[in-house]
Order: sequence, then structure tokens, then C-alpha cells
Amino acid sequence: MTLYGYRLPAMSSLILWGLLWEAIGQMEVSFFVPPLSEVIVTLFEVVQTSAFQKALWETAYAFLAGVFFSIVIGIPTGILMGKNRLIDELLLPWVNIFLSVPLTALVPVLMVLFGFGMTSIIITTTLFAIWIIILNARVGVMQINRSLVDMARSFGASPWDAFVKIYFWAALPEILGGVRIGIIRAVKGVIIGQLLISIVGFGALFELYSNNFLMSHFWAVLLVLFALAFSISELLAMLERRVAYYAAKR
Amino acid sequence: MAMPQTKPAPVATTDIAVSARSVSKTYGETEALRDMTIEFPRGQLTSLLGPSGCGKTTLLKIIAGLLEPNSGTIEVNGKPVTGPGEDRAFVFQDFALLPWASVMRNVAFGLELRGVAKSEREAIAAKYIADVGLKGFEKSFPHELSGGMRQRVGLARALSVNADVLLMDEPFSAVDEQTRRKFQEDLLSLVQNENKTFIFVTHSIEEAVYVSDQIALLLPRPSRVSEIIRPSGLRMKDVDNIRRDPEYLDTVDRIWALLRSYVE
Ligand SMILES: Nc1ncnc2c1ncn2[C@@H]1O[C@H](COP(=O)(O)OP(=O)(O)OP(=O)(O)O)[C@@H](O)[C@H]1O
Ligand SMILES: [Mg+2]
Repeated sequence: MTLYGYRLPAMSSLILWGLLWEAIGQMEVSFFVPPLSEVIVTLFEVVQTSAFQKALWETAYAFLAGVFFSIVIGIPTGILMGKNRLIDELLLPWVNIFLSVPLTALVPVLMVLFGFGMTSIIITTTLFAIWIIILNARVGVMQINRSLVDMARSFGASPWDAFVKIYFWAALPEILGGVRIGIIRAVKGVIIGQLLISIVGFGALFELYSNNFLMSHFWAVLLVLFALAFSISELLAMLERRVAYYAAKR
Repeated sequence: MAMPQTKPAPVATTDIAVSARSVSKTYGETEALRDMTIEFPRGQLTSLLGPSGCGKTTLLKIIAGLLEPNSGTIEVNGKPVTGPGEDRAFVFQDFALLPWASVMRNVAFGLELRGVAKSEREAIAAKYIADVGLKGFEKSFPHELSGGMRQRVGLARALSVNADVLLMDEPFSAVDEQTRRKFQEDLLSLVQNENKTFIFVTHSIEEAVYVSDQIALLLPRPSRVSEIIRPSGLRMKDVDNIRRDPEYLDTVDRIWALLRSYVE
């Protein structure tokens, strides 16, 4: 972005929104919106508290486990669906349904099935992330250049060779795109899980702060979460750009 | 003037590397090959020439073991084909290079799949990269190469597995005319120097006559061999004089006369 010929650093529009926030906060329009400066001061206090660190750890654990399962199950499932008509016809309707249903409505069922603990939260996170990962891996495999597969077979590739040396790499740009969106959805999943299933982690912090009207604490934790989600997404976008050189040329 | 022989008389005495017997192939409703029988003499280049959609690629893929015929058998070195094998290597029309791998890995990929150790396969690949004139491009990626260079990579990959039979599906159709002529000359010396059997699909009558020991004219679908032409006099000639040779010109005319009826 440039302004009057000056190159503005990336995301400088955020500064503008930050200023707007500060102004509204200073005008004391609503106690829900404390000034940004106050939120930031609180943020530095909050991150040092053991409650925050415990919440961060609990959330990271559930989030990483959920992302891990959705990747490890999602990518091979998607690749298999892309390769095999029968598997595709069996699974595709379910994938599409789960991608679009409001998963929050399913959480009570999970609680009945898996209890009120970490397991249910991890499963919720997985359910939020996995479907788009499956779908993208499937699309990535379906657009693969047939002659690459023929080439590998003609040189005697076993199905496993074809899987790890051709299908995976050919679909990698789409797979990474799916993983990025899946991870963003996993952030949603882990927080919703923590709020609905058992009040732990950031869910507990949100509950605590909003019940006690600690608005700047509330916003501070939310900012931390936004920043985390944003950094993870940017990191993956960076990875995606590393394979973009061949994405258009398969 | 030596007219090309129509009857493949010397075949009986030469050794047959690949033979197709009564091969039929249908795709659903489409009958691509019907009762096709053809023999490919060892150490020679046979072109498959015929109208588009007549089943040339289908036949090549059946020989490669990538497709199963509905009936009939393929034999390579006297053994029936049941799938892809180390005795055959394929050169693809669209090159089929791994876009995420360097030239070195692409050329060594056939050996990689056959389980050859990394240092060994890279030594072999390096030799063939040099042979096809790509020395210095080992670390380049396919998208950094021209079409002609990409096909050289595909050729080097097929050569590096040292298969007896090279199956080439319109390998030069995606490169420019100058490169194509250079490739045709290179192919002639390859046929002469390597004791390999080449099965070569092309759309170009001139190309077929220029490079082939034997040309199989195929009928439109369902495909059978309509005629075998052996421009035998041309193989003794110097590569620079072939295109001016009366036998070359006559053979081109004759094939055109035969194929013309299908085009009209
Ligand atoms: N996978 C497939 N499914 C259905 N029909 C096919 C398939 N592959 C080829 N065919 C049909 O079989 C016939 C022969 O195809 P093939 O690709 O072998 O022809 P070709 O001689 O190589 O043509 P070209 O010169 O255009 O490359 C064509 O009519 C084609 O439409
Ligand atoms: Mg073809």
C-alpha cells in the first residue's frame, strides 16, 4: 500500500483501526470497549499470570492434538477419496454434510459420548478442522496430471511409492491450502469446545473475565488469540508460497 | 531406383523384440483396437503412423503394461507382458516430469523407483544428462527449462534405466521445428549406437520416413495394421542427405496417398 508516494509497511491499516478503537474507548461510549492502550497494558499483566499460562498450555495442547489428528487422518483420507471412486462415493456426502453443518450443535452429543474432559475438546477441534483438509487433499489429487501417474507406474512404482512420491507432492499446494483453513477453523473449535464442554483454558478465562466485567482483560486475551491464529495462518501461507512455483505447472 | 519394399521379408531372419498378437481393446463403447497383430524387430525403430484417435497411444500403453488388452497378448523378448517391467521405458508426449524435483532427481527417478542407491543412480543420471546435452542444468527445475530441454530430461530418464525397448509417444510434438529436427538426428544416432528397440508414435509422415526402419500404417478405429513400409535404403544414407533422397520423397508421397483417403 502506498500513500502520497510513501510505501506503508504491511498491515498499517491496522494502526488506523487501532486509533479508532482508542478514540472510542477514550470517549467512554460503552464499558464494553475500554481504550486500546488500557487493553495493551492489561495484556502484559495478564500474560504473566499463571492462570493465563495454564490456559495457554491447555489450549495449545487441545489445539495441537486436534490439528494433528485432522492432518494425519484428513490428508490420507482425502488422497484415497481422490484416487478411488468407490471410497469417494461412500465418503463424499458425509464430508460435505459435516463441512456445512453447525458443528456447535454436535458438541452436546460428543459430551455424552466422550465425557466432559480433554478428549471431547480434542475431538471437537478435530471435527472443526478435518473436513476442509479432506476436501482439499481430494481436489488436489483429482487434478493430478495422469501422465505423472502413468510415468511412475511405467517405472515400476508400487502403490505406496505412487502415494508418497507422486500423489502427495502433486496435491501439496491444495493440501497446504486446506491445512491453513483447517487450522483457522481449529482455533474456533478449541475455544468453542472449551466454552461448551468444560470450562477450561481460554474458555475459562473468558468466562471468568466476562462474569466479573473485566473488559480489558477480556479483550487482552482475545487479542492474544487473534495474534496467535493470525501468525499460524501467515506461517502456513508462507509454506504455501514455497510450493506455489509448481502449483500452476503440474 | 530402389523402391521401398512392401513385404517385410527380412523380418523372419531378424530377431523380434516385441510382438503384439490379436490385441483388441475397447473403452466402454469405443472399440480402439481390433485384432491388431504387429512385430517390432530388435535394434530397429518402428513408427506407428495413423489418423488421430486410431489407437496409437492405446497400443503403446498396452505394450508398456499400463493398460490391459481385452484380448490378445504382448510378448517382450518372448515373455508375455502382464504389467510394467524393467525391459521397457516410456517417453511421454507431455514429458511427465516432476515439477517439484530437479533435473537430476527427474532423470534418476526411474532408477529411484527401481531401488538403486542414491549415489549410484545420480552417477548414472549425470552421464545421461550430459549425453542429452543438459550438463550444467542438473539443479534446475522443469519450469526453468524450455520445452525442448524438458523433453531431453524425459529422454534421459528413459535412457538411464537401460531398458531394451523404448516406447515414445509423439515425443517431439511439443517442441519447435528446429529442435524437432535436431531431435530426429539425435534419435537416428541413438538407434544406431544403442542396441535398443524403439517404438515411436508420430503424426508426421516426414518424421516417420526420416527416422524409421519400419513404418506401420494404422487404419482408423477400430485399428489394425494396414501396411508395413520399410524405407530400407535410407538407413545407409548420411543424415544430411536423407531429405533429398528420391526414396525418401517417394515413400512420403506413397504414405500420403494411402492416408489421404482417410482424411477426406
Ligand atoms: N481412457 C479412455 N476412455 C475412453 N475412450 C478412450 C480412452 N482413451 C482413449 N480412448 C478412445 O480410444 C481411441 C484411441 O485413442 P488413442 O489415444 O489410443 O488414439 P491415438 O491414436 O493415440 O490418437 P492421437 O493421435 O490423437 O494421440 C480414441 O477414439 C479415444 O477417444
Ligand atoms: Mg495419442
